[in-house]
Amino acid sequence: MARLTINGKTHDINVEADTPLLWVIREQVGLTGTKYGCGVAACGACTVHVDGVPTRSCSLPVSSFTEAQKIVTIEGLSPDVTHPIQKAWAELDVPQCGYCQSGQIMAAAALIATKPNPTDADINAEMTNICRCGTYNRIRAAIKLAASNTKRG
Amino acid sequence: MTIAQNLSRRGFLAGTAATSGGLTFGFHIPFAVAQTANQPEINAWVVVKPDDTVVIRIARIDMGQGSLTGLAQLVAEELDADWSKVTTEYPTPGQNVARKRIWGDFQTAGSRGIRGSEDYVRKGGAAARLMLMQAAADEWKVPVAEVKTSKGVITHAASNRSTTYGKMALAAAKIEAPKDIKLKDPKDWTIAGKPLKRLDTAPKLNGAQVYSIDFTMPGMLNAAIKETPVPGGKVKSIDAAKAEKMPGVKKVLTVDGNAVVVIADTWYRAKTALEAVEIVWDEGANANASSASIAAMLKEGLDAKEAFVGNKSGDVAAAIAGAAKKIEAVYAYPHQSHMTMEPMNATAQWTADKCMVWTGTQNAEAALATAVPASGLTIDKCDVIRLNPGGAFGRRSSSHDFVRQAVLVAKEMPGTPIKLIWSREQDTTHGTYHPTTQCKLTGALDDKGNVVGLHMRISGQSILAGLRPEALVEGRDPGTFQGLNAQGPEGQFGYDIPNVLVDHAMRNSPFRPGFWRGVNNNQNAIYLECFMDEMAHAAGQDPLEFRRKMMAKFPKHLAVLNTVAEKSGWGTPTAPGVYRGISQHMGYGSYVAAVAEVSVSDKGEVKIHRIVAATDCGHVVNPQQVAAQIEGSFAYGLSALLYGEMTAKNGRMEQENFDTYEVMKMAEMPPVESYPVPSGGFWGGVGEPTIFVAAPAVLNAIFAATGKRVRSIPLKNTDLRKA
Ligand code: FES
Ligand code: FES
Repeated sequence: MARLTINGKTHDINVEADTPLLWVIREQVGLTGTKYGCGVAACGACTVHVDGVPTRSCSLPVSSFTEAQKIVTIEGLSPDVTHPIQKAWAELDVPQCGYCQSGQIMAAAALIATKPNPTDADINAEMTNICRCGTYNRIRAAIKLAASNTKRG
Repeated sequence: MTIAQNLSRRGFLAGTAATSGGLTFGFHIPFAVAQTANQPEINAWVVVKPDDTVVIRIARIDMGQGSLTGLAQLVAEELDADWSKVTTEYPTPGQNVARKRIWGDFQTAGSRGIRGSEDYVRKGGAAARLMLMQAAADEWKVPVAEVKTSKGVITHAASNRSTTYGKMALAAAKIEAPKDIKLKDPKDWTIAGKPLKRLDTAPKLNGAQVYSIDFTMPGMLNAAIKETPVPGGKVKSIDAAKAEKMPGVKKVLTVDGNAVVVIADTWYRAKTALEAVEIVWDEGANANASSASIAAMLKEGLDAKEAFVGNKSGDVAAAIAGAAKKIEAVYAYPHQSHMTMEPMNATAQWTADKCMVWTGTQNAEAALATAVPASGLTIDKCDVIRLNPGGAFGRRSSSHDFVRQAVLVAKEMPGTPIKLIWSREQDTTHGTYHPTTQCKLTGALDDKGNVVGLHMRISGQSILAGLRPEALVEGRDPGTFQGLNAQGPEGQFGYDIPNVLVDHAMRNSPFRPGFWRGVNNNQNAIYLECFMDEMAHAAGQDPLEFRRKMMAKFPKHLAVLNTVAEKSGWGTPTAPGVYRGISQHMGYGSYVAAVAEVSVSDKGEVKIHRIVAATDCGHVVNPQQVAAQIEGSFAYGLSALLYGEMTAKNGRMEQENFDTYEVMKMAEMPPVESYPVPSGGFWGGVGEPTIFVAAPAVLNAIFAATGKRVRSIPLKNTDLRKA
């Protein structure tokens, strides 16, 4: 039994304690925007925010979370796709297949929250999610666009 | 717009309007699209709703490459639609069968999504427009020649009347389809050819997009699978006593004699229980296969007497024997995994009189053809609903093994929908791998450094032999020679050399091959373009000039080569320590070239600073999507060059996941400047072609930087440290 706070809502979950957070989010809570890519913390498709920190949810058991921790998934990033990262993503048409993009967006949102003006080096260091469609250059451009929009806005 | 949601909703609504077929599962997918007041179908491609929404049917799948948007642009262009009112939907292969393949081919591979259907989809849009015009002219009792269309509005200027497509749709649907259809001149395009935003971006930004793995139904169970680790192996015995007692587990079973499946309420429980099943494998004949044994088999083929001929002119043996200078090199290309971000999966539901499959596929008709025999039912009782795939790259057209397994699993629990998801480990170790080949190249130069002879002996795996042996042409796989054929609209060898022989000694690895973005062009372009560089070096000539001398008869090849030379500043100084490499190739009907700028540190670290790429694909349907495909091709191709390798030991693939199968990430991705140089008059592909030139351009730049020839992929295996 676990009690989680996801996107501002409390969920009581009846599941084996070692079940990874990713699968609880997808299968028990029913939010499928968070993706399974590897299950071994190597790809970033499952990235969510835990108290604002980008976290690979496939590799942490649900038992390691408490109700006090605020878990945010892609569905909860903004009420109506208005986060500066989401807007920049739309403006530059970043996604191809889109499968990696929930994780990419969550990682990027966490990056600009801590570094409002990320350099290329910051982006290289923090954006380690895999995209097999190869949207990396548009992701980089969109992060910079979001940063400059935020400054102006 | 969420395609999957639209589709299932439409299926439901239209199904309740349809009269035939039982509602076995509480829903029904219509095999003939219902003609209703809310859904007037002008023709198979175009539905216009009363609110003026235009629904364009898309037969080819969008796996990320943007062709959903591109195809809609082509139809909307001819239709004179209001682009802001355009949405799309996928018909099902069952509907296609029932309607005598009215939508043609569903196959989305070979960079053919647009170029393979542009003609008839444009005609579909144009015909619908003529029918809408006729309907308005009939109502107004005016000659149709006086009626004009623009952005979904029909006007008659003389009488100052106007109406909309939505209002005319029902009447238009009753008009006989016109026979004479003239398509617009691309220079008059206002929707096609423009850098429009994709239609399917919004749901990819908030988690709303439903991928195959996200699909769910009431009462659905989940299944995890473990297949024989050795190709051709079988399940000898299993002990499921422990697994069967684990939480959520419904059933443990064997599928096709070579795989063990656990069905449970959730997938994670199924997967966890599967780990607890004790399986004894009968490993069969390939138990000792290894990368070394495969390489030895390929090496033998390099000098074998028997080989299939792909391209032959003159007398290459005589040219080599009489050469002023002879150059020889052997290159090798490994097995590589597609590594789509979403692993293979499919949901199936089976009863004695209906079998439905929901999955992400590049070829829903092939998925259906796989599902039918597995179901034991006839084709009219089966259908496949297409869901969004999280990447495909050829994997989802090479084999629908996951569909077969899903149907076989669903059959074990009639009526219950079951989603079978391959774990990443199952996916990586049971791929349809990039074929592995080696190539021995022998070049003959005359005393002026002109190439007078070239022999390319390819030894290695045939994709057709592995996947569709019935398609071999007298034992020969024509695809092996991609990009090296003397003639052909798909790809043409772009050098004028008097004596040429390209031949193939087929040596098949036990690991199943597949179509892998770029397919055989990938290794063929490396072999030819790196060896061109070797010959230029041996002749003491600049690699660009050396190529140009042989390309006068190939103006389109030459044009893209000249574009990248000019845009990259070939021949002008680079930053200190940065070196350039160049390459060109033709495939999937398009001409491509690239220059790479690369530096190699004393420690042997390769940094790619810049890529300059040019593509002539004839017509460009959406320039910003073409640019995205070019960037994506480089990411995929450079990943393959830097890291891509599946190695085998004891009959098993050794890499299982992204922690051991590395791919390129953000930090390594170079800036890509892409120059579409469409020359018009033909339709070439864009999803794959630029991948061909990624690796050879970089390898040639590495030689310029270090003097070392890397002849074996991937680069991570070569020590480039300064001696
Ligand atoms: S699924 Fe969690 S990092 Fe890949
Ligand atoms: S957009 Fe397809 S994997 Fe990133």
